[in-house]
Order: sequence, then structure tokens, then C-alpha cells
Amino acid sequence: MPEKIDAEAATAQVVVPEPAKQKADHEFTVAERSQAQLVLRRFLQHKLAMASLVMLIIIILFAYVGGALWKYGVNDITPDNSQPPSLSHPFGTDALGHDAMAQVMRGTQVSLQISVLVAIFATLIGAIWGAVAGYYRGWVDSLLMRVADLILTLPLLAVAAMLAHNIGGTWWLIAIVIAGLYWAYVSRISRGVVLSLREKEFVEAARALGASDRRIIFRHLMPNALGSIIVYATVLVALSILLETALSFLGFGVTPPDTSLGLLVSNNQTAVDTRPWLFYFPGVFIILIVLTINFIGDGLRDAFDPQQTKVRA
Amino acid sequence: MLAFALRRLFVSIPILIVSTFVVFLMASLSANPLSYLTARNPPPSPQVIAVERHRLHLDQPLLERYWTWLTGIFHGDFGPSVDATTNIRTEVFARFGVTFRLIFLAMLVALVLAVIVGVISAVRQYSKFDYTSTFFGFLFLSMPAFWFAILLKQAGISINDSAGDTIFYTIGSNSIYVNGGAGAQLSDTLGHMILPTISLALTTYAAWSRFSRGSMLEVLGSDYVRLARAKGLPRWTVTRKHALRNALIPLTTVTALDIGSILGGAVVTEQVYQWQGAGTFLLTAIQKSDVYALEAWLLIAATFVIVLNLIADLLYGVLDPRIRYA
Repeated sequence: MPEKIDAEAATAQVVVPEPAKQKADHEFTVAERSQAQLVLRRFLQHKLAMASLVMLIIIILFAYVGGALWKYGVNDITPDNSQPPSLSHPFGTDALGHDAMAQVMRGTQVSLQISVLVAIFATLIGAIWGAVAGYYRGWVDSLLMRVADLILTLPLLAVAAMLAHNIGGTWWLIAIVIAGLYWAYVSRISRGVVLSLREKEFVEAARALGASDRRIIFRHLMPNALGSIIVYATVLVALSILLETALSFLGFGVTPPDTSLGLLVSNNQTAVDTRPWLFYFPGVFIILIVLTINFIGDGLRDAFDPQQTKVRA
Repeated sequence: MLAFALRRLFVSIPILIVSTFVVFLMASLSANPLSYLTARNPPPSPQVIAVERHRLHLDQPLLERYWTWLTGIFHGDFGPSVDATTNIRTEVFARFGVTFRLIFLAMLVALVLAVIVGVISAVRQYSKFDYTSTFFGFLFLSMPAFWFAILLKQAGISINDSAGDTIFYTIGSNSIYVNGGAGAQLSDTLGHMILPTISLALTTYAAWSRFSRGSMLEVLGSDYVRLARAKGLPRWTVTRKHALRNALIPLTTVTALDIGSILGGAVVTEQVYQWQGAGTFLLTAIQKSDVYALEAWLLIAATFVIVLNLIADLLYGVLDPRIRYA
């Protein structure tokens, strides 16, 4: 606990009779740390989360840098068909001669892009929606939250499949469809946090100083709710990867010629026995991505709320 | 308690109506139920299209169409299907019958497993068992349901191959023809359920076991559990009567909240094992832009979720006598 020692040193220094010439807030030798620095420090100390972050970065680099450098494209047809993994085709090839590694790279790109876009859209809309509802209370709250409740009652997979099927199979449209269903979850969380924050003294102080509602919501409430929202945003990335792969598996997600990890598993489900490499690689990539994101989310939760660590599920 | 249950059901009706209306709007606006007809080659005559338009109520305005559908439900009329020979009502109930079988059994298996593993993990925190179950919990949590289902199906097929006999059924919810009486029918149905149930149960179990472990740990650390141990009650009694009963209360909430996602999991699982259940019904309805079939699916699925949530609410009263339903 370095902080404790620093604190003792600080008290020792204060006792020194020589009057400090600097301003009062420079009296202590403890470096002032912002909330963000504290969170970052705690996150960096979380071993599992850091290992996961490194792993995830490797996967992202593999998909994007590897995808750009690798000699085969997704739809390139090579003369070798149904080859097991070898040096020239590390993940093997399918019956038509597509290089499986190029396909997995592109699939990872698409799946990651969809889920990150979902997380950004859903978090932005949901956080503001919930904050406005929680801040104003009354009929605004009722109206906004009934809309959110309505979306929460819809069966996620069914509605997402229907919309994705009717609207189109490009990756960003699918992301918008999924985000359009997930923002309601974020809005509930953001509203809950804001409801308790709005009664705090600092909000009252801001209001007494004449701050506008918009300033209070965006400068005072949202930054304080950021912790819970960021944690949920990471969970959302993991959830939407699973939803997107399920949609693509059912045939309502990304459509050829583009590909996603779910579509690859779906296309190769009959090859488990005969050409297992086609089935295992995309699946393992889904698991690795979701697993690392879950662990990162865990690390972030601990970093934002260190008290919760002891009895965490 | 009965009054409470009835009131809860009564309050759910407007929610049900509004959500069917929203899905009706979204489906009607984004899909064209006549597309299968107009895509035909050679194109059908305008009269044929007009007749079909009338049969599917497409000549009515949107709101009137919804009203016709909604009032029709009370007469047992679920609206016309795109597929003229299909009666949506009989079809949807038959399909859901198959799926509910899978969902109930999978939920039961998942719950029992989650409670047992959660309790052992919490009582022996940081033991080998705890670490192993945590590892598998996270693994199943991160695994797409369909991927695991396909693997399990393949495992079943290889076991069948090596045994030279059908030990695990991997396709369909029933055999087309079963030789024998009711006993043979039942064992055939159960045999077809084994692998899909394991697939659905394990992916569901993962989240629940993490949760039951967490809530069990919280209860075990509380003062009244320490008191119960201090006054000399045996460890097992304390775990079972004092800790577990209280730990089950939050687990009930999570179970109720997850019912929707289990339904989604069942859709995917059915696809892998090629069941003719509600999942296949839903996907066909979406593919054919069959708005009324989609609405029927939604109505039953939503009712199912509402009823199970009600059961969870009533269970609170059993688990926690402090809760009273006025």
C-alpha cells in the first residue's frame, strides 16, 4: 500500500514548523491523483484483466494488420481445396479453396466492428436517455422509461432477426438494429445511478450556483455515472458479439460475400468431423474475444468500485 | 395471494397488447408478405395478387389490420398465414408444445446444477473445485450456444458410430415412426431430448452458477449465519436452512430475468438439432414475412415470459416469508 506510507510521510512533513509558502493544496507530498488516474492504476494492477487486454489487442492486430498483410483475401480461391492446416494455409482451406485464415480474419473484423458500434450507439443513447429521465423525474421519467420498458419486453433474438432480415445484411445495419434493442438496458442503469446522484450535495451546489440543467446533466451527473456505464458497455460488446454470431448462424445476420465469425461456424457446421479446422478456428475466436472482454469488464468493475471486490459473483 | 396473482396478470395485458402492436408495426412496415408471390416467374396475374392481398388483409389500413387481428384472437382466429394451407393457431400451439418441453427440462437441469455447484463453490471458496467450476463457468458463458450444440451433436454421432447403434438421437424431436406402445413413445421422446437439453442447460447454467456462488458467499459472510454456527448448529443445517434459503431469493430474480434469453437459446438449439419447434416456426415466419404467424409466436412467447415471471414472484413469498402479497 504505497499510499499509506506516502500519507505518513506527508503528516510528518506537515509537522515541520517552517511555514509552507505554497498554496494550501500543495502542502502534502502525496501527488494529487484524478479519479481517472486512480481507476487506471487499479486496472493496471488487475492481472487477469491486463492479460486479457493484451490477448484482445493481439487478436485485434491479427485481424486488422494480419488481414491487410496476409497474401490471400476472403474471397480468393486458391488451387488447394479442403487442405488441413499447413504452413501455406495456417488454418487450412475449405472445399472451394478459400483460405480459412483470411476468412477468420475478416470474420473477426466484422464481428468486432459490429459489437463496438453497438456498444458506442447503445451506450450513448441509453446513457443520455436514462440521465434525462432520472434527472427530471415526473412525467418525463415516466414517458422515457415506459418507452425503454417496451423495448425490454420485446424478445431480443426474434425482433433482431426480423429487423435484420428485412432491413439488410451489411454489418453496420445489423449493428444499428442490435443497438436499437440494447440501449434500453443501458438507460435503466444510467437512470438508476442518476436518481441517487441527483440528491447529492454537489448537484445542489451546482444548481445554487445557477448551472443550467444541461450543464448539470452533462458536466456533473454523467461523468459520475461513467463508471457503471463503461462497465456495462464492455459487457455489451461481449453480448452483442454473441447475438451477432447467433443471428449470422441463423442466416439473418451478415450475408455473403462478406462474412462474420457466426456465419463461418454456420457454413462449416457439417464439417466438424471431416474438416474440423474450418469449424474450430472461428468458434475459438468467438470464445477468446468474449472471454477476454468479460475479464476486462470484471477488471474495470473492480477498478471503478474497489469495495465490491470481496464478494463478487 | 390469488388476488395478487390475478392483479399481476391483469396488469400484464396492456404490456402484451402494446408489444404485439409494436412488433406488428415493425413487421408490417419493413416486410412485404406478397414478395413470395411477386417474385414468381412467370409473374402471377394481377387478379391473383389482388385476391391474395385481400386474403392477407393487406387491402385494409395498417391500424384496422391490427384491430382485426386483435379482436380475432378472442374468437380463436389468429389471422391468415402466407402459406394458405397453414392454420396458425393449431400450428403455433403444437410447435410451442415441443419447445416448452425442452425449455422446462433445460431450466430444471440448469437450476439444480447451478445451485449445487454454487453452494459447493461458496462453502469451499478458493478450493480446487471452486477454481475448476469458475473456469468452466466463464468458458460456457463465453461460448456461443450453437457452437457448443454442434460439438455435442458431433460427439453424439461419433459415439453412435463407434457403438454401431443409435445411443443418442441427434436429429428431430421424435422419431417418425415408433414401434411399440406408450412406453416406447416416451422413451423415444426422452431420448431425443438428451443432447438438446444438455446444450441449452449448460449455456444457461454458466451465468446462474456464478450468481448462486456470489449470493451464497454474501449470505455465508453475514452475521446471522455466524450466530447460527456460534450457537452450535451443525454446519450442514446452517448451510441448508439459514444460508441457502436466503441465497435462493436473488437467484429467483435472475432466473426470471433470463427466461427471454433461454427462449432465444432454444431457437438456436432447435436449429442445430433440427427440431420442428417454435424456433423453426419463428424463423420460417420471418423468412416468409408471415406477419400473423410472427404475431402468434410473439403472443405465446410473451405470455410464457409473463407467467414464469409471475411464478417467480410468487416463489419469493415461499422463500421469504417477510414478503406478503396484499
